[in-house]
Amino acid sequence: MTQPTSIPHYDVIILGAGSVGTPSAMYLAEAGYKVLVLDPGASVGQGSNKKAIGGIRATHSDPAKIRLCLRSLEIFSNWEKWYGEDIEWVQNGYMFMAYREREQKILQDLLVTQKSYGLNIDWYDPQQLLDIVPDLNPEGLLGGTFSPEDGSASPLLSAHRFYEHACRAGADFHFHEPVTKMITRSGKIVAVETPTGTYGADVVINAAGAWARPVAQLVGVDVPVNPDSHESAVTEAVADFLKPMIVDIRPMPGSSNYYFYQHRTGQIFFCITPSPNIWGFDTEETSEFLPMVTRRMVEVMPRLKNLRVRRTWRGLYPMTPDGFPIVGWAEEVENFLLAVGMCGQGYMLGPGLGELILRLVQNQLTENDQETLSFLKPTRQFASQELLK
Amino acid sequence: MTGLRIEQHPILPIPEREEIQIFWQGQPIRAFVGETISAALFASGIRVFGHHPKDGSPQGIFCANGQCSQCMVLADQKPVKSCMELVQPGMQVEPLNGLPELPKVSQPPKVQPIEEIEVDVLILGGGPAGLSAGSELGKLGIPTLLIDDKHRLGGKLVLQTHRFFGSSSAVYAGTRGIDIATRLENDLRQYPSVQIWLQSTALAVFSDQKVGVLRNGSQYVLVKPKVILVATGAREKFLAFKGNTLPGVYGAGAFQTLVNRDLVRPAENLFIVGGGNVGLIAGYHALQANINVVGLVEALPECGGYKVHKDKLVRMGVPIYTSHTVLSANGQDYVESVTIAQVDEKFQPIPGTEKSFACDSLLIAVGLDPVNEFFIKAKQYGIPVFAGGDAEEIAEASAAMFSGKIKGREIALQLGRKAPPVPAEWYRTGEILKSKPGETFSEHLPEASVGVVPVIHCTQEIPCNPCAALCPNGLIFVDDHDIRKVPEFLGNNYCCQLCEQCVAGCPGLAITLVDYRSNADFPLVSIPYEFTRDSIRQRDSVTVLDTQGNPLGDLEVLSVHQIKRSDRTLIVQVQAPKEYAKKIAGLRIQDQKVTEPLDEYVTELHNDTIICRCERVTVGEIRELIRKGVRDINEIKTVTRAGMGACGSKTCNSLIHRLFREEGITNSEVVDNTKRPLFMEVPIGVFAGESPSEDKST
Repeated sequence: MTQPTSIPHYDVIILGAGSVGTPSAMYLAEAGYKVLVLDPGASVGQGSNKKAIGGIRATHSDPAKIRLCLRSLEIFSNWEKWYGEDIEWVQNGYMFMAYREREQKILQDLLVTQKSYGLNIDWYDPQQLLDIVPDLNPEGLLGGTFSPEDGSASPLLSAHRFYEHACRAGADFHFHEPVTKMITRSGKIVAVETPTGTYGADVVINAAGAWARPVAQLVGVDVPVNPDSHESAVTEAVADFLKPMIVDIRPMPGSSNYYFYQHRTGQIFFCITPSPNIWGFDTEETSEFLPMVTRRMVEVMPRLKNLRVRRTWRGLYPMTPDGFPIVGWAEEVENFLLAVGMCGQGYMLGPGLGELILRLVQNQLTENDQETLSFLKPTRQFASQELLK
Repeated sequence: MTGLRIEQHPILPIPEREEIQIFWQGQPIRAFVGETISAALFASGIRVFGHHPKDGSPQGIFCANGQCSQCMVLADQKPVKSCMELVQPGMQVEPLNGLPELPKVSQPPKVQPIEEIEVDVLILGGGPAGLSAGSELGKLGIPTLLIDDKHRLGGKLVLQTHRFFGSSSAVYAGTRGIDIATRLENDLRQYPSVQIWLQSTALAVFSDQKVGVLRNGSQYVLVKPKVILVATGAREKFLAFKGNTLPGVYGAGAFQTLVNRDLVRPAENLFIVGGGNVGLIAGYHALQANINVVGLVEALPECGGYKVHKDKLVRMGVPIYTSHTVLSANGQDYVESVTIAQVDEKFQPIPGTEKSFACDSLLIAVGLDPVNEFFIKAKQYGIPVFAGGDAEEIAEASAAMFSGKIKGREIALQLGRKAPPVPAEWYRTGEILKSKPGETFSEHLPEASVGVVPVIHCTQEIPCNPCAALCPNGLIFVDDHDIRKVPEFLGNNYCCQLCEQCVAGCPGLAITLVDYRSNADFPLVSIPYEFTRDSIRQRDSVTVLDTQGNPLGDLEVLSVHQIKRSDRTLIVQVQAPKEYAKKIAGLRIQDQKVTEPLDEYVTELHNDTIICRCERVTVGEIRELIRKGVRDINEIKTVTRAGMGACGSKTCNSLIHRLFREEGITNSEVVDNTKRPLFMEVPIGVFAGESPSEDKST
């Protein structure tokens, strides 16, 4: 192999120190790879990771995400036990409620698939839901699903832990370094350039989240990832009164759904899915978000009305046409690995996906891995639709 | 505990108020209709309002401004900020220990759509700059909305009992701050194109060019302005030292609010950190409220505030320790003493110079930062925006008034209205009013010792000229073209008619008159005095002092009187030996015993140095990260939660920047934290559009 000798060389260069890139760096470095992570931000997780509100669930509707998130849940829930480090994990479950027959049908249909994958999720009648969340508005409540093994943790703290572990295992992180050019030779990337450095690599991983498309375009690869802008907020802290993530999937003008939960700190995090999507890279807060979401929240949980909102922000969901991530080797460039298009679930997919990426790089895929990756293939037709994005 | 109410004040009127009863932990306490819960608690000697959920540390008043949440209590089981919430008859108030229970609510609230209004000009802040700008716009008939978070206009002017410096023709110099507020308000209210919303706070400037406003404390409104004027004033910087979050440690703004608005005595013995105008004036206000001022430390070799303010304090018997810093506030649940030490040229404490003083409150006045977040956001989002007063540049209120006037005119021009251009002279006056103190000259006492001799103890170049306007014969000269020049008496010793206007009207209380006419060996000396009339009587013995505070002798008071047209300042006359009559600059007010240090200095053991008071993050945690190489304040926030609290990093941000500097890291290496709304915490129901009348329902 011909490589310039004057530049630092890495086994793996990861583009993006976010929800996917950081745990991937940790697993790769711990497995002995020489890893460099490049990120335009000033520190770890400053893109969309820190915008995530921290929900972690395995109760999806496809085997790929279910399998990855089950593993993530295992990692998040055991983190403190394994490493003695707090990431504010709580096993508080997810609750999807139905106040109309339409949503009841969607959720119950979905439940069949979810149960077929052995997930701990069931249909609960209104009284059972109220036993778990006494403050739900009982008026018109038809029931809902509840998955007690899902949970939540702090994206900020988790990313930082992954980062510290990666550093301890020898990974280099270069912040303030956006990739500006990738040099290819014979269909392979040989070096990555930033405004301040050039680095050789055997493998380059695109974990650039919302920015995955422009990054891939540097080597002529087009990944159909488009950022969709979502707003979130956090409140003051109050004594525990709410356990699960509450998800209301009724579409309303301006939003297709919204969700909220009480974090370990006692604060409520809430977030909305805009409808229609708001495409683009704009992360500046708008005046529309708070009135739109709070109106819906006080209807479902009147008790929230006296809770003070502390901060609001806006982050990007890297969306794919079918709502599923894109994971696998790029067809056009031999050593370019794609781990993109997490559709707003990068945080919960991160650790599980990080391990899978290690096995991809090691070329030690299991049968399950093969199956998982078959759903997430970069070359798929993107024809199906994720039921609950 | 009646002594904790201010029942007499030399300047402030004490209103008749209806008394009611509220309960603290089940025990009845007195309160007045219309006062805040915190005022009622302070008046009953309650200073610890709860304990922090993280470490159980005692919590009390800090900002007195609705910005932090350290004064939270449970009022009728609802968690509220006690500095903002008014008392209600029979209210049951409980301390907030740990996290509050969210009150139960059974019915979804009735909600209305959020009102959206359009306006030409939105002025944020009804202090000196905002009010002046509003009047300028009102004169031109421009539709303007001015919002202010307080229940009355004037900003910090309403807390200022002293006469203002500056130019008497341009900015009401010589008038008391409280009265300037009224004048500015009356002026503004005559313009029908200006709408005023009180108790209304801007929460965010959004990227869709709307401003979210909490109207009347209860209704969320979106305002779409063509131009914004940010006249939001300043916020106080804080300091890192051991025990810095103990109840009893607060900023000057909080202290002045408690004393001059709420009319309570939050302290009996106060120690002040910071020798700028804010600290010096707060010291004076404390003395006027019958609070002892144990001392004042200033890290620099000289106080940065006006010399006349400093002289005034020193003369009244307050020791000023320059080249000193505070090491710790000491106490378990409340400030019991303070420990200070001398500093070297690098501002490091010199071992062996530690001293402690008994005190129950520590006032921190170590500088101000502009409240400019709305300005920055508006700029970023392409809304035409101006900043006036302290929000643009920290200076005196007189400068803010003038800056507001200029901005008002500039905004009119920006809107394309027919208005005369801003005269070049205005900009010059604006600059003069903003100027920092200039040269200080040594004091030259007049030579003559016959007739009536005015002695002007004003030797520092500051922008101030009321004395020139006060002399009916025009005998005091301050250069009109540059009012920073020190005043000069132009007459000879037979010109002055002893009208005492200058004595009573000098904002610095820096003019005395020596009358040799009846007794050349024991002339009469007229001295300004701004304490309650009851505190001094004829034939009392008083200690007279020179400009530096050195005692000259003990003399008998001949008379205490008030001259016509003088606003509340009294004049005390003494008969003094000719040897030092002209040196007399004031009277000692305070018993020197309260200023004596403790026998041994106190080392604080109970409390750490806190950087983020909302989340209780210590200096050690943050320093460790900086030493590890962290340069992004967002990362410090991630790891420690510093800046994640209720106040939104308003207090800790400047402290963290300071820590970086202390660690030798230049500002260009540091990445500041991302600024996001909201400016203040507001209930979810308000954003949902709950009708204001319903907000009490549970």
